[in-house]
Amino acid sequence: MAAHLKKRVYEEFSKVVQLPQEEAPAKKLRLTKPSKSAALHIDLCKASNPTDALQYLLHFARSSVEAESVEGVVRILLEHYYKEQDNSVRLKIASLIGLLSKTQNFNPESILDDTLNTFNTEKSHQVLAQLLDTLLVIGTQLPESLIVRHRLIEVAYKHLSDTYFGVRNKCLQLLGCLGNVDTPLNKDGQGLVPAVIGGSAPGVSGGVCVRDAQSLISDYFADQDPRVRTAAIKAMLQLHERGLKIQQTIYDQACQLLCDDYEQVRSAAVQMVWVLSQLYPESIVPIPSSNEQVRLVDDSFGKISHMVSDGSWVVRVQAAKTLGNMLQVSPHFLEQTLDKKLMSDLRRKRTAHERAKELYASGEFSSGRKWADDAPKEKVDTSAVNLIASGACGAFVHGLEDEMYEVRIAAVDALSALAQSSASFAEKCLDFLVDMFNDEIEEVRLQSIHVLRQISTNITLREDQLDTVLAVLEDSSRDIREALHELLCFTNVSTKECIQLALLELLKNLTKYPTDRNSVWKCLKFLGCRHPTLVLPLVPELLSTHPYFHTPEPDMDDPAYIAVLVLVFNAAQSCPTMTALFSDHTFRHYTYLRDSLSHLVPPLRLPGRTQAPGVSGIEGSGSVESAQLFLQQSLSRISTIHNLQDPGAQDLLNFTIRDLQRLGELQTELAGAADFSATYLRCQLLLTKALQEKLWTMAVPLCLKHNAMATAAAKQMLEETYKLEFLYSGLENRQVATIHHVRLQAKALQLVLTARTRRGVEPLISVCEKFLQEVESFQRLFVVELPHLQESFVGKLLDLSPKLSACKPGELVKILQTTLRQSGFLNLKLPKQVQRASATIIEPTGESDNPLRFTSGLVVALDIDATLEHVQDPHNTVKVQVLYPDGQSHVIQPKPGDFRSPGPHRHRLITQVYLSHSAWTEACQIEVRLLLAYSSSRLCKAVWSDSSTEGLQPAEGATEGTIPFGKPVKVFIMPKPARR
Amino acid sequence: MPEIKVTPLGAGQDVGRSCILVSIGGKNIMLDCGMHMGFNDDRRFPDFSYITQQGRLTEFLDCVIISHFHLDHCGALPYMSEMVGYDGPIYMTHPTKAICPILLEDFRKITVDKKGETNFFTSQMIKDCMKKVVPLNLHQTVQVDDELEIKAYYAGHVLGAAMVQIKVGSESVVYTGDYNMTPDRHLGAAWIDKCRPDILISESTYATTIRDSKRCRERDFLKKVHETVERGGKVLIPVFALGRAQELCILLETFWERMNMKAPIYFSTGLTEKANHYYKLFITWTNQKIRKTFVQRNMFEFKHIKAFDRSYADNPGPMVVFATPGMLHAGQSLQIFKKWAGNEKNMIIMPGYCVQGTIGHKILNGQKKLEMENRQTVIEIERCEPGCCHLSLEVKLQVEYMSFSAHADAKGIMQLIRMAEPRNMLLVHGEAKKMEFLKDKIEQEFTINCFMPANGETTTVITNPSVPVDISLNLLKREMALGGPLPDPKKPRTMHGTLIMKDNSLRLVSPEQALKELGLNEHQLRFTCRVQLQDPHSDPDTLSRIYTHLKSVLKGYTIQHLPDGTVMVESIVIKVSSSAEEPNTKVLLLSWSYQDEDLGSFLSTLLKKGLPSGLSSM
Repeated sequence: MAAHLKKRVYEEFSKVVQLPQEEAPAKKLRLTKPSKSAALHIDLCKASNPTDALQYLLHFARSSVEAESVEGVVRILLEHYYKEQDNSVRLKIASLIGLLSKTQNFNPESILDDTLNTFNTEKSHQVLAQLLDTLLVIGTQLPESLIVRHRLIEVAYKHLSDTYFGVRNKCLQLLGCLGNVDTPLNKDGQGLVPAVIGGSAPGVSGGVCVRDAQSLISDYFADQDPRVRTAAIKAMLQLHERGLKIQQTIYDQACQLLCDDYEQVRSAAVQMVWVLSQLYPESIVPIPSSNEQVRLVDDSFGKISHMVSDGSWVVRVQAAKTLGNMLQVSPHFLEQTLDKKLMSDLRRKRTAHERAKELYASGEFSSGRKWADDAPKEKVDTSAVNLIASGACGAFVHGLEDEMYEVRIAAVDALSALAQSSASFAEKCLDFLVDMFNDEIEEVRLQSIHVLRQISTNITLREDQLDTVLAVLEDSSRDIREALHELLCFTNVSTKECIQLALLELLKNLTKYPTDRNSVWKCLKFLGCRHPTLVLPLVPELLSTHPYFHTPEPDMDDPAYIAVLVLVFNAAQSCPTMTALFSDHTFRHYTYLRDSLSHLVPPLRLPGRTQAPGVSGIEGSGSVESAQLFLQQSLSRISTIHNLQDPGAQDLLNFTIRDLQRLGELQTELAGAADFSATYLRCQLLLTKALQEKLWTMAVPLCLKHNAMATAAAKQMLEETYKLEFLYSGLENRQVATIHHVRLQAKALQLVLTARTRRGVEPLISVCEKFLQEVESFQRLFVVELPHLQESFVGKLLDLSPKLSACKPGELVKILQTTLRQSGFLNLKLPKQVQRASATIIEPTGESDNPLRFTSGLVVALDIDATLEHVQDPHNTVKVQVLYPDGQSHVIQPKPGDFRSPGPHRHRLITQVYLSHSAWTEACQIEVRLLLAYSSSRLCKAVWSDSSTEGLQPAEGATEGTIPFGKPVKVFIMPKPARR
Repeated sequence: MPEIKVTPLGAGQDVGRSCILVSIGGKNIMLDCGMHMGFNDDRRFPDFSYITQQGRLTEFLDCVIISHFHLDHCGALPYMSEMVGYDGPIYMTHPTKAICPILLEDFRKITVDKKGETNFFTSQMIKDCMKKVVPLNLHQTVQVDDELEIKAYYAGHVLGAAMVQIKVGSESVVYTGDYNMTPDRHLGAAWIDKCRPDILISESTYATTIRDSKRCRERDFLKKVHETVERGGKVLIPVFALGRAQELCILLETFWERMNMKAPIYFSTGLTEKANHYYKLFITWTNQKIRKTFVQRNMFEFKHIKAFDRSYADNPGPMVVFATPGMLHAGQSLQIFKKWAGNEKNMIIMPGYCVQGTIGHKILNGQKKLEMENRQTVIEIERCEPGCCHLSLEVKLQVEYMSFSAHADAKGIMQLIRMAEPRNMLLVHGEAKKMEFLKDKIEQEFTINCFMPANGETTTVITNPSVPVDISLNLLKREMALGGPLPDPKKPRTMHGTLIMKDNSLRLVSPEQALKELGLNEHQLRFTCRVQLQDPHSDPDTLSRIYTHLKSVLKGYTIQHLPDGTVMVESIVIKVSSSAEEPNTKVLLLSWSYQDEDLGSFLSTLLKKGLPSGLSSM
């Protein structure tokens, strides 16, 4: 198949090339096409029985046909169609015509008449349905043509009264997709009477487009076949999507369909009711069996809520999802969805939620010791109990307890959407969401935690609720715990006990799962920031200070102690009185942490400290700008260098590189930009050094052993350019051109070096040609950037370009050598945002001394957990490399499902790599690292595709490779010999 | 009129010994055959003499259906089939068939070996009885005989619990057995399609209760267990062997897994191991989560739950123990309770209802000092325990109550009614007073009849079954060809045809075909009628006057004036004659065939009124 495709590509390609050259190619094209259709014709004629014909057609369907020959093929197919007796063959032909009309660049209008003609003779319902489907395809290909649409709709009208459901289905589909959207409403504006013409079949009378598609389709809401009913609703929805305003009169019909016997009808009806509720939210509908009236959106909300307890889970999912999209509903109805009246032996009972709330309000917490503490209280009036939930009552209570997790997830999502729009509802649904933390399916738990985080700006957690939330911290799933940490970052709590509770549980979490360290610290940072006043009274206890006695100084390496300090310091940031409570060692620890964990510990105003408050204040606000300024200054200083051969240039470069590197370490915001420029400058420095080698003055035979340094420099420059190009995101075309320019320089250097070391001209010729090609492609790629490159290496080279292609390798080398020496320094313009891709392997930590034991020859799975930042498209580029001590290395491509994306520009890789090796005598370390794979062809292709002139072997110029990024981690493993 | 009769032999306005007789379309079916926990005498089993005074039941019953394996639904089965005598088919689902004999055997052992009763069924009888069982699959329609068919739906009460639809022709009854509309940790929710049965026989254990969400209860339960275990205390959970026990096991097992807990969980009964084995096998009957994950790991293969040994009770450190029986009245649970009762760190969680008089009931009511009954066995146990030699026991441990029940509550029952849309409702398996409330509600909300017969009381429901008739395609096509509005499923339409009842089948065919098939000649039936008319014109003139008159009145009908002196309106012939003596009194002769009766009678009344005067003769 692939080979076939390739052949096809070349075939097409060659034709395209021939076109401008000869007069005759059109003829040639035509010659090939009929032969193809002729082959089909012959095949079909050969077929003695329908089975054979069907086989031929099936075979034919697999090959593709060019746009020019489609028409011919269709004619042949149709010719055969009229001759064919067998339904299945005709059906296949009909479907083939549909397929063919989808061919690119083919205008199906030309075959429309022929296709329409087939309707006159067709008797089989199945074939008719397929033909209508073909018309649908043709119609969707020609959305512009009104006439075509009218003709197709006419056909649909005619066959709407067919007895076979499939035909009616397709007709409705056709009407939905192509029906006239622009039909004006009645002159009186709103209330268009549904013109239900009882008797004659619509459309037969000849006055075709008299009735608009809408009322016609609505007639089929009551069709006897459920599939047709579904199709009718779907067609109506389609019309709505295409911009037709659906009339409100359909509402009653749609509501009736909610009680249909068939699930697909009900499911579609839910959508229909929703669409209407969005169109006419404010109109008033009467409540049956009473003289009250409600808004339509409330009424439909009630009806859809009712569907949440439907018998079919498909409908339940649909209903639950839909509820989340009904934001205009009145709060009264909305709150009903969480309502439930409990009863036991006809006595009113309070729900556990209510009890918890009361207990909390009364100051007593978590008693529940007694049996029958939930004993029912007052007697219920039997007549007042409404067992059938009318309207929206308890819809979410049902949905959240559903058997299928799909429904539960949909309900949770809907809750989230509704809660975000209504603060009071958010408050109410809190209990229910918190309950969902205990769901049996992890996905649901995770989703409810996420949802709670989304609405947490609207709410404050009560102590008992927080208690339930915190219980989940012990979950063994890392995803759940981290989601919960994230949630705690955004939560508001009401009392200092809550803070204490949260801290306690987080510390427990920390001891149980030490790997959560970073996440827990981060969580406490936000907790402290948000609740400084609540933390204040806790400080003496937290830091275990005593008014009279000195307490022992805690261990600075204890993660739990650090966690407490993070909480306190962040609270102290906005609570100046807090620092007075610190003891001496706390201050010392502060300075240490401020330096080592600067992202977690904020700058504090400390009384009597050497860091004057003023300085730290300025540092806090202006540091980024000043760093930016420094970066600019360094770069502009560099730009004073005109020629790399200048005497002071090297020193200047050296210093600047050092400055930039330090800047990158200090200012995380600018790390990308600083690193980028530093790397670039290092390339330049390398080039300069290489060119200043003594080697160039030496005679050719002598330099053999001296050129090691220059060769290494050229190689390193090449590597660095790939890093520059692929490791940084946010680069503009200008920078890419600069990088490519450096690469060219490196390649030129390599070429010159080869010329000097190798004997003979033969190998040199091919290398030169390759180099020239690269220069050319550079020119092509960066036409726009060329003016900026006037003075540079390439600019000079291009000035000489006519001479270059003609000259001999020897001359070329000489030219290159001089140009390299004379070319000026190319200034680097920094783009606004440069980010360096980075990766940190969190797990394995590499600290473990226990080797991973396994039987040699078998595999062992190693869990890898890493965070990736600023990596574009990690699914394709990030790979894991395993290096064994014997130099073997494996590269493993993680599955796309192993990547999660917790935030913008942030990815998380959680995967397993399989290790295996033959037996070792003792445990040894292997190295695990992450690689960023790149392929320059990707970029080039994108550029070339615009200029379609010659797409010569795009793969050849491409360089593929990998860049290691992130620190490698060492893992002890110990393959044991297998026991016999 | 065809009717369906329902007579509960047990479970009518009562809980226990479920046994309901249904007569439908000439078939007799027994639904469930249970025993009553509360009695030890003859009232323990349903009164089968209601069916027949002597002899075997086989000829009176077409089949027996057992809904699930609880003893109050299947406990009397060997007694009925082997001791009273029944050889017909017994239907139950696969899991029920697997677990039912275990429980029956256990029941037999307690009654015969422990209580020393004689004249009880033997192990062999249980085996013989189980040989008569025909297994059912979910949603599988089983043809009991040519007319009677049954179909099982998922009920979610315990593993293998089913609701059954019994159908004869177009009449049908659905029996729910016990069911649960809210899913739990190991089972899904009951489900039925819109089958619109004539009667829906539903349990109504919780007719007057609307329950809180399951999640709160689960969370409370887990939290309590978790806290106690963290404190280093021991948790005792007295359970009945099957059903809820498995649910709680799953709950704790997943919780232990999730929270990475290490404290051991023990399960203390031999019977359960056998049953757990079946739970592992019948994965298709469990809930979505278990079904979806069993490929990786079968949830019933417990990692943390191990078998209990008596010596473990004295082990230090935290643990959780499930022990039978559930009401703390005897056995292992009581022994462990006595050991642990003195320590306030420990906890006991009662997951179900306790009968009055049991220790479970006492401690639930907050009794702090228990006087042990002066029974020999108890004292012996007491003596064995060092340091606990007196008869009164201080209860220091925490007592919690958690209700985990797998019956539908009032809302659930209503939900099921809405799903099935029955024409009549019948409540069993509940207390009369509570049923009364639900009955009112059902009648009010759904406007359908609701019955609640007591034991032995018969409810009769008259049905209006639709009789299917085969119609010949030709006749239908002819009718179609006549035109008229498109077929509308909501409007009845009249058509002419002949109904042939032959060989137990009904067919509607065209008259000609009927005649041909039956070998009969067609008889023409014509009505003739004379109408006297005063008209001074001559006969032919009168006729032509009639012709013009009719032409003006009956538009759209073919009216011909034939040369032989007649006027034809469709197939109706009109002639005019007059006697010589009274030439002005014309006698019109009308003749029409039976098929044109409507038009003919219309014409005769029209002509009786006379001709309008203004008519020209031409």
